[in-house]
Amino acid sequence: MVNTTQEAATAGGDEMRAEIRRLSFSYGDKTVVKSVSMPIYKDRITALIGPSGCGKTTLLRCFNRMHDLYNDTEYEGEIALLPENRNILSSDIDPIEVRMRISMVFQKPNPFPKSIFENVAYGLRVRGVKRRSFIEETVERALAQAGLWNEVKDRLGASALALSGGQQQRLCIARALATDPEIVLLDEPTSALDPISTAHIEELVVTLKQNVTIVIVTHNLHQAARISDYTGFMYLGELIEFGRTPGLFTKPKDARTESYITGRFG
Amino acid sequence: MSRSEMVRIERHLNRRKVADFLFAMVGLLCLLFALLTLLALMYDLARTGVPRLSLDFLASFPSRFADRSGILSAWVGTLCVMAVTAVAVIPVGVAAGVYLEEYAPKNALTAIIELNIINLAAIPSITFGLMALGLFVYEFGFGQSILTAGLTLGLLVLPIVIVTTREAIRAIPNTIREAAYAVGASKWQVVQHHIVPYSAGGILTGIIISLSRAIGETAPLITIGALTFIAFLPTPPVSGDAPYVSFQWLMDPFTVMPIQMFNWVSRPQPEFHVNAAATGVILLAMTLVMNGAAIYIRYRFRKRVKW
Amino acid sequence: MGIDQELKMTRPLSVQKTVSFTSAKHPARRLRRLREAVIESLLLLAAGSSVFVTLAIVFILVSESLPFFKHVPILEFLTGREWTPMFSDPKFGILPLVAGTFLTTGIALLLAIPMGTIAAVFLSEYMPARAREVVKPALELLAAVPTVVYGFFALLFVTPLLQKALPDLAGFNVLSAGLVIGVMIIPYVSSLSEDAMRAVPSHLREASYAVGATRFQTSFRVVIPAGFSGLTSAYVLGISRAVGETMVVAIAAGMQPNLTINPTEPAATITAFIVQVSLGDLPHGSIGYQSIYVAGLTLLSLTLAFNLIGFALRRKFREAY
Repeated sequence: MVNTTQEAATAGGDEMRAEIRRLSFSYGDKTVVKSVSMPIYKDRITALIGPSGCGKTTLLRCFNRMHDLYNDTEYEGEIALLPENRNILSSDIDPIEVRMRISMVFQKPNPFPKSIFENVAYGLRVRGVKRRSFIEETVERALAQAGLWNEVKDRLGASALALSGGQQQRLCIARALATDPEIVLLDEPTSALDPISTAHIEELVVTLKQNVTIVIVTHNLHQAARISDYTGFMYLGELIEFGRTPGLFTKPKDARTESYITGRFG
Repeated sequence: MSRSEMVRIERHLNRRKVADFLFAMVGLLCLLFALLTLLALMYDLARTGVPRLSLDFLASFPSRFADRSGILSAWVGTLCVMAVTAVAVIPVGVAAGVYLEEYAPKNALTAIIELNIINLAAIPSITFGLMALGLFVYEFGFGQSILTAGLTLGLLVLPIVIVTTREAIRAIPNTIREAAYAVGASKWQVVQHHIVPYSAGGILTGIIISLSRAIGETAPLITIGALTFIAFLPTPPVSGDAPYVSFQWLMDPFTVMPIQMFNWVSRPQPEFHVNAAATGVILLAMTLVMNGAAIYIRYRFRKRVKW
Repeated sequence: MGIDQELKMTRPLSVQKTVSFTSAKHPARRLRRLREAVIESLLLLAAGSSVFVTLAIVFILVSESLPFFKHVPILEFLTGREWTPMFSDPKFGILPLVAGTFLTTGIALLLAIPMGTIAAVFLSEYMPARAREVVKPALELLAAVPTVVYGFFALLFVTPLLQKALPDLAGFNVLSAGLVIGVMIIPYVSSLSEDAMRAVPSHLREASYAVGATRFQTSFRVVIPAGFSGLTSAYVLGISRAVGETMVVAIAAGMQPNLTINPTEPAATITAFIVQVSLGDLPHGSIGYQSIYVAGLTLLSLTLAFNLIGFALRRKFREAY
């Protein structure tokens, strides 16, 4: 494991990798995320759950400043990346640098219509990495981490669009991993997949947390319960409850959390 | 409902059905009329022109004797003018399309540019020629040259390239852009690595359509002063002596195939009409091939990429 | 092999990690920002070039026409019934050219608007999608044929054909030019109209069918009214094309300015006049030179007027589904 020397700033032995501090986000005059504060622990999986429209995906997309791509958006509060304690939402920080360190996997598999190899190598290419051997090693490592290497190693030059949906999503995970990010954001990564591919990806995500911090948005409560270490429940833009996953699912403190996880709404 | 009423309704229904059927026939006839006219045009042109086609016809200069005339200077002129048009319109049109789809903020300037592009389609082509005569020929001093002609046609077909580029870019789903941004690409990298390559098929279609439009365009070139009788070729772009490459041809006077055809069709003697028809056959064949290629490319790309 | 096994061969490599965020003043960031800004300005310049074209057209037409009105009073220009700028005793009344333009355009529209609209209804409401995929591009080929070829067709095919029915028809005549322009603009009318009709949401059609209407009734009582604003655009584009069409009239209608409403006679349009003068040797700044700019300006104003009318109509009938 990579440097786990600092044990400071921990909760139950877990070290914080990032902290959301009173974060609000709005589109135009509509506030979608309302003053959310929560920690993100290093090398752990944090799940965000809540009914659709609760702001969980919007919150996730704040992490790599995806909202900067669109007009009329406004952040308030901060997301501090630890241990350096820099607010990644600050206008001094280049969103491109944020995205180089915090990558993202989307709801629907979105491979580029290029070869499998080029899809994974893309993050390195945009950084200007030229060394062929390094790129090849990295592509292999990322594909292996995403559990796809054995299936595609003989056809790296084939079009990514020829892969099945589940394979495409693992390719997108490999693409997100190739740049060795500090945090990987997963936005309902299995919502467009069949149960078998879903199981495969869940297994993969659990393995990945050995090396990387994961934040996952899911509408599937069972998925959150199965794979995450921490869970945050969001409702109408607010973070209602945050805690260790087993505790939140078995002994929710807030009545709304309880209603939601017992299936009374959502 | 009384029996007579039912009969009445049924009769009315039958009448409506007949009207529906008759209209379908009229519609079919309208389509057939248009398509048959096209066929008649092609047939008439081919019947008169094809027998006149020969290598000699392609390799001869125009002459006052119809049977010795050819279109050498015309097709060379068309090629040269098209080269200038392509070089002028492709970068500008594609860049404008990319700007409007990927960069343009929603403001008054963008709105003006967009409205303007729509309206350019309605401006008569001959006014482009008048503008070019005043601006390129006299103001800029380019003269009545290949350069002026190419630029004029380039401006004329610019909206076609812009509009097709925009359509092609719009077909790229936003998730692809986000995927690239999410690993740290800059805006220009997204454009360069994704937007332009993935819309290349549509852009190419637009370029071909625009050149096929330019190739048949006559009026603006007459206005800027294309010659109708020209018995020499432009300066060759490469020569044996230093500096080997010459751009003198850009400044040479020119004629093009549609103007040659216009010249011949305007003469009273039927022998020249035969020459005109032969030129028309080549011109029409070129435009049809280009349009066919554009349709094919569009079809292929639509089949290949399913987002 | 399982993921765990695969992972054994996959220790994280040391990608050159961004150790910390750079400040806004960092040279690399400045360079990137500069590059992005330069590229964006270049692209904006390209997009702006289309505006430049319009401005250049208006500016050149106006500035080259102005001297003309020093010689010719504007009232005489607008109301004079003779247009003979190249004669030794020149007369500058634009009416014959405007009449010729309206006459050819009128004939073209009488053909193109009904046929184009009916063809569009047929394509959009009657034809199966598969057949449409073939027929529509074929119809659009009509718009791809070079106009000089249409001129040839009008002069040497349509006129002789019409002369069989109308023996008095002149060799150069407005009728044949107008009809050929009409065929030429059918695809402009039909293609855009068809797009407008297909944009009408199907629930409107279904509502009509559900009460027992036929396709014919649905087309004319529901689809056409709902798509009317799009149809207007199609008609306006067709009119603009017809007004600005040059080669067909220059070849087939003769080039004599002739104030007439008789389509069997020859006449000149504004565009044909410009061609006729341009074919001769035209000294920069001569009255002949100025006269083609005045003609061009008139043409542009007519086109603009039609487009403004279209714009007003569209506003009035804007669809609200």
